[in-house]
Amino acid sequence: MTSKTPGRLYRLWDSDLAYAFRTAPVAIVATLVALTIIFCAVFAPWLAPMNPYNPAGLNLMNGFTPPMEPNAFTGETFLMGADNQGRDMLSTIMYGTRTSLFVGAMAVLFAMVLGISVGLYAGWRGGWVDGALMRVADVQLAFPAILIALLIFGIARGFIPDNLRDQLAIWVLIVAIGLSDWVQFARVVRGATMVEKNKEYVQAARVIGAHPAKIMFRHILPNVMGPVLVIATISLALAIIAEATLSFLGVGVPPTQPSLGTLIRIGQGFLISGEWWILLFPSLTLLALALSVNLLGDWLRDALNPRLR
Amino acid sequence: MIAFILRRLLQSVIVMIAVAAVSFTLFRFVGDPINSMVGQEASIADRQALRDSLGLNDPIILQFGRFLGNALQGEFGISYRLQMPVTELILQRLPATIELALVSGLLAFVVGLALGVYTALRRRGVLSNVIMTASLIGVSLPTFLIGVLLIWVFAVELRWLPSNGRGEVVALGDWWSTGFLTHSGRLALILPAVTLGLYQMTLIMRLVRAEMLEVLRTDYIKFARARGLSARAVNFGHALKNTLVPVITITGLQLGSIIAFSIITETVFNWPGVGALFINSVRFVDVPVMAAYLMMIALIFVVINLIVDLLYYAVDPRLRVDRAGKAH
Repeated sequence: MTSKTPGRLYRLWDSDLAYAFRTAPVAIVATLVALTIIFCAVFAPWLAPMNPYNPAGLNLMNGFTPPMEPNAFTGETFLMGADNQGRDMLSTIMYGTRTSLFVGAMAVLFAMVLGISVGLYAGWRGGWVDGALMRVADVQLAFPAILIALLIFGIARGFIPDNLRDQLAIWVLIVAIGLSDWVQFARVVRGATMVEKNKEYVQAARVIGAHPAKIMFRHILPNVMGPVLVIATISLALAIIAEATLSFLGVGVPPTQPSLGTLIRIGQGFLISGEWWILLFPSLTLLALALSVNLLGDWLRDALNPRLR
Repeated sequence: MIAFILRRLLQSVIVMIAVAAVSFTLFRFVGDPINSMVGQEASIADRQALRDSLGLNDPIILQFGRFLGNALQGEFGISYRLQMPVTELILQRLPATIELALVSGLLAFVVGLALGVYTALRRRGVLSNVIMTASLIGVSLPTFLIGVLLIWVFAVELRWLPSNGRGEVVALGDWWSTGFLTHSGRLALILPAVTLGLYQMTLIMRLVRAEMLEVLRTDYIKFARARGLSARAVNFGHALKNTLVPVITITGLQLGSIIAFSIITETVFNWPGVGALFINSVRFVDVPVMAAYLMMIALIFVVINLIVDLLYYAVDPRLRVDRAGKAH
């Protein structure tokens, strides 16, 4: 590192956004919570005490072991207890969060790519493409996202042959949640593009004969990324909740790959008989994940755009 | 005025036709309708005859026209899973959903309004802060989790309220069954109604609070105070009255959401309504029920949106210059 030009890391540390972050305790706590959960989920196969879906590693005698209490027969202790088949709840939750996060992140990515492309094109070209997009957006925004995701999921399932249904379920779910959410991105990008395209740097790029696609993606897109990032963060929280809801209703991920929503549905069944830990810990994880990502999104919105409330 | 109404009506009709097209595609191309109607032993000639008699060999556009005609008469065929006319199935379960939606909508409106006014008037109070924080957590909690937690506390631990079903119902006429008239029916309604209404309640509360704060800052409120009117008259007679227009329209719009979210609540509480019927139709790919539900929910949303838009137009003269789509 030379002394005259500070390194990238230093510039990042010194930026307004980083300063705002360092002085916002809520954002720091939310980030820590979210990162911890994400880390545990991503590295679940290496971190989890056991692989809950490897039947060889299960001991039925461990079934219904309460948390932090040694099992009466085997003497094993589980931090968060064990479920009816003797699976360690902590491991189950880590694997479940992995599925939830994967579906949520992929759905947001899909919505983002689709929304940005359509939004850029509509904002750049205007005309009937733009009109059609805005009509679709109006109609779609009138319906709750979860209902749209549910309908798309149901329709897609109808078209997929029986034998492929479970294999494709996760991808269908991702597309369904993504399609229920892309309008937000398209609208914001369209609006920002319409403002940006009249600015001088865009005209300069046009004058030197740059290809419209290059102008859109290389010049305009970086300048509209701020709001997109905010929506992406909030969308992630919503997508995780949407996935959990659908899985809870029994129309989401297949039973072989349970997510947090599936775990909560299973846990509800054991509530009456008193095995509360099978329900409580997945619920708390979902709540912590959704709440921390939500708070982070809220903070990001305020930090990136002080004019917005 | 007439041009505006016509344009809005036309838009609504287009949306409904688009939804009908999706419904029809689903109906016509998912699986083979013939297979789900006749058994394995039917011969190819029989199938062909049935296909002809049902008009499945006609041009698609003709079939779509027939589908639309049937849909207008409330005719959606027979459920694959339950072997009953779809219309009858839905009508049978509609009262349960409507009663639940009405009670939770009312609950959300009344409590949301009260809390919103309170937090706006006592902005810096401790209780206001507690309520605001709680509402933030409430928004982040998924509906189904609220339901499950309520069941845990009030049905499993305290044993005060039932955790599923509608309790005893009383038949009113041929098509309606109500849970309002029996004790167990009213008890069974409490938990689902709270679960369904909670999200809308926080929404209404935040809206009322924001609108109240906005209005309380205006000159005519200051003038009313200067005139020496009592705090009560200023807060409720002037400020609250002027916040009610947007609040009522938003609440109206939320009624559609309540019916949509009842899918979740009904599943959690085993409530015998239309939402639970729909979820099962998605799970078992029961296409006629899915198609009918799709049309029904779209109709509800379109009608609510139309009414709200027209009301807005009637109430707020500024919109008459602008384009109508921005009304919400």
